[in-house]
Amino acid sequence: MNWFKYSSPQSFFPLAGKLALWFGALAAIACAAGLYIGFFVAPTDAQQGEAYRIIFIHVPAAWMSMFLYLVMAFWAGLGLAFNTRLSGMMASAIAPTGALFTFLALWTGSLWGKPTWGTWWVWDARLTSELILLFLYFGFMALQAAIDDPRRADKAGAVLALVGVVNIPIIYFSVKWWNTLHQGASVSLTKAPTMAATMLTGMAVMAFGFWFYSIAAALMRARCIMLERERASEWAVEYARGSA
Amino acid sequence: MNWGSLDNFLAMGGYAFYVWGSYLVTLGLLVAEIVLLALRKRSALARLRLQGTAAQGDR
Repeated sequence: MNWFKYSSPQSFFPLAGKLALWFGALAAIACAAGLYIGFFVAPTDAQQGEAYRIIFIHVPAAWMSMFLYLVMAFWAGLGLAFNTRLSGMMASAIAPTGALFTFLALWTGSLWGKPTWGTWWVWDARLTSELILLFLYFGFMALQAAIDDPRRADKAGAVLALVGVVNIPIIYFSVKWWNTLHQGASVSLTKAPTMAATMLTGMAVMAFGFWFYSIAAALMRARCIMLERERASEWAVEYARGSA
Repeated sequence: MNWGSLDNFLAMGGYAFYVWGSYLVTLGLLVAEIVLLALRKRSALARLRLQGTAAQGDR
């Protein structure tokens, strides 16, 4: 298979449309299954009662916020290294969805913190570094929006995105490095998870749901960016005429 | 998990505000993002069509 076939916007555009549809459908199925497990299969928590059910969106949203940043930085770096047009478009397409999940991680965390910790917000290492992640996303988007030439905007954004990667391990390990109010990881690669199996399953299924959603949303946005940036190309005008 | 009744389910053991406040905002924002993307595509296409018509007029 020739992977470079899809490295031009013209040939990637229709593929992205099909993929967005499929991943959107998968996201809907996974989220429906995840919510069913989360609300009807997983038991009530012995200490937190029903408040803990926020976990089924809080943890997947937090995972996605960090994962999407890494994927965004990967595409940005690829664009910087090889000067490929599509890479920069992918990085720009991921940023708003990444910012959305970062906001949701903070929002649901706040609504979970109030009943369990007694506060909406504390300036602890985990929360603060996650807030910095939100500002990194906003900074990336604002920087790109401020530069008229898309290729230069991609380059400037890529440098910011790559420098910001240092924040990801800080968020992840913040609960180990500092004494924080936020609890440590309940799920890790090295130990058995410290939660009921059904809770873990619900969380994992929701994480897949958010992951598929992110792919679908990013591809939809990438298609918009392609149409906007390639407006001088025959294929874009042709496609617009065909879709009337 | 058996909630017994819809009221019990909606009450979320007294944590309704926090649980539903999380879920509804998440749902709202995800749906809003998709709607905004559909609108963005529509306006990009409208602009391209306008541009295509203008180009034809030049010939």
